Amino acid sequence: MQIEKCSADVLIVGGGAAGCYAAFTLAKARPDCRIILVDKANIKRSGCLAAGVNALNAYITKGHTPADYAEYAQKDAAGIVRFDLLLSMSEGLNRVTKRLEELGLVILKDEQGEYVARGARNIKINGENIKAILAAETARYQNIRVLNHVNIIDYIKDSQRVAGAYGISVREDRFYAIAAKAVICATGGAAGLYRPNNPGFSRHKIWYSPFNTGAGYAMGLRAGAEMTTLEMRFIALRCKDTISPTGTLAQGVGAEQVNAAGEEYQYKYGNTTAQRVHATVAENLAGRGPCYLATKGIDDKAAASLFRAYLNMSPAQTLKWIESGQGPDKENVEIEGTEPYVVGGHTASGYWVDNNRQTTIPGLYAAGDVAGGCPQKYVTGALVEGEIAAEAAGAYIERSDLDGQLDETAASQKQQAVEKFLHNPPGLYTVQQLEEAMQKTMDEYAGGIAKQYRYSEKELVVAERKIKEVSQLTESLAAKDMYDLLKIFELQERLLVCRALIAHLAARKETRWPSFAANVDYPAKDDAWDKYVNSRLENGEFKMIFRDLVGRGERYEHSN
Amino acid sequence: MSIQIDQEKCIGCRGCEEACPGNLIEIKAGKASIRQIEDCWGCTACVKACRSQAISYYLGADIGGNGSLLYVKDTGTTLEWVIKKADGKTQSIIVQKEKSNDY
Repeated sequence: MQIEKCSADVLIVGGGAAGCYAAFTLAKARPDCRIILVDKANIKRSGCLAAGVNALNAYITKGHTPADYAEYAQKDAAGIVRFDLLLSMSEGLNRVTKRLEELGLVILKDEQGEYVARGARNIKINGENIKAILAAETARYQNIRVLNHVNIIDYIKDSQRVAGAYGISVREDRFYAIAAKAVICATGGAAGLYRPNNPGFSRHKIWYSPFNTGAGYAMGLRAGAEMTTLEMRFIALRCKDTISPTGTLAQGVGAEQVNAAGEEYQYKYGNTTAQRVHATVAENLAGRGPCYLATKGIDDKAAASLFRAYLNMSPAQTLKWIESGQGPDKENVEIEGTEPYVVGGHTASGYWVDNNRQTTIPGLYAAGDVAGGCPQKYVTGALVEGEIAAEAAGAYIERSDLDGQLDETAASQKQQAVEKFLHNPPGLYTVQQLEEAMQKTMDEYAGGIAKQYRYSEKELVVAERKIKEVSQLTESLAAKDMYDLLKIFELQERLLVCRALIAHLAARKETRWPSFAANVDYPAKDDAWDKYVNSRLENGEFKMIFRDLVGRGERYEHSN
Repeated sequence: MSIQIDQEKCIGCRGCEEACPGNLIEIKAGKASIRQIEDCWGCTACVKACRSQAISYYLGADIGGNGSLLYVKDTGTTLEWVIKKADGKTQSIIVQKEKSNDY
């Protein structure tokens, strides 16, 4: 395997929404800043937005303020948020939306030229090409070097600071050692930890990108970064089987959730994001399922419009409607909860950051789904975080005395550790087998679909042991090429995120959010747990850290 | 959930290989193929990238698939989605790129 050594002022890991936005914000503000943006696929369609997006779900609509948005998110998360982060994110939402429109995103406007709201916090768009738009803007800047099809596997540290990252090409026999004065992590969150809704042929027909494997969390944990609130899992309520969005039906045509008897049930359970999932699970458990979104009876025009809307973001649903001949006007749309994910764009899971989105590792910034404390950021919030991280990283490198030189010995050792898998003889187990073992364990012992998302302390102990065993087995996996090598690293990332998640689930001894973290040993919310559950990996074990909440009017900064 | 690649229509242009967010498509002897059919997310990035409409998307039988194929033609100003049903009948849905979703 050949080694390619590169150097940058700022390295951005992951070219999704947050990563691209960070790259071109920084490139424009600092034309002399040398930026490398790395993505394991091609940024034109990589990340969560490959198929498009149905709406911009984080926007300050007329008559509302950023503080209103932060308050809403705080309430929806039952208080476990960083109000300071939510506020700075919310303050940027309309700014980045304007920028998206300038870049070519189609946003619906009324006769007065105002954006048309879809709900209290979202606006209507055609988001089919949103990723292509972000990638095209990224390509305009001479000072951004994009490395497509390169997968970053670990950070390089210089003493306590971040000093770059190692990676592998997913196509060519090549190892990358990239020196950088600052790194922005924008890898996205983690899917594929739990057994999915459709575990057979359609195993990847899941809500979140199956290619988001928790790399950023895993690299951060290995580098000693502090993580927050991983236990606040995200479970999406989706159209059954196609795992397509429900918001377009609920908000778009006003479809209510009904049970098999046609009764509306949401009001009985509360209306937070977690409660909406829980309500549907509970109705099914009580024998009142299946549950649906009541679309039957909408007119032909509305149905045709929904066909187009779904083609712009989740074509499976339109195909299903047309293939079955039972469109949403003729039949209610069945809904179900997905398997759990760890995703900081929806919940508060991720790196513990300061207001600059700097992690606890100096020089390492986090933006988007990988950054914690700031739920409900969605696409636009991820862009704002990319912008904040870019500005802060730009200022940081001016103060840095890192010389940008690589430690050749360390790079060579890392390369050998990577090559080991290419030399391992084929053994009993494959990546696929071990992935199944991991997902089965999480499903059965860490609150997956099979357990209606509930778990007990004793089950988590079993989960921890089994995940550790599977992790050990990965060391003897064999790769015949670079793509195989990618799959091994992805599995190892997921396993480490599983271990961290189990530690977090065990640490929060209450049930703060139904379904998202339903601890059967502590089935009620307990005000004593008005605190953050954070963690750091130390000598291979998770050290739990409990921190006081940062509420409205307060501001957290790293103190050392 | 996956894709079917028509080997006759494939011109080996590598557009799909470049577009797939999961690095799932490889070109062998000048033709595209998917590494592992179950690994497809169903994002249709490859379907849109294919200039010769060689790639169709379909629902697995486990999620209600019944033999229909979906592909798309990019006309510049529109995306024309074509659903070819198992009985050979086709249905087209044209989406204007400049038009926002109604919902």
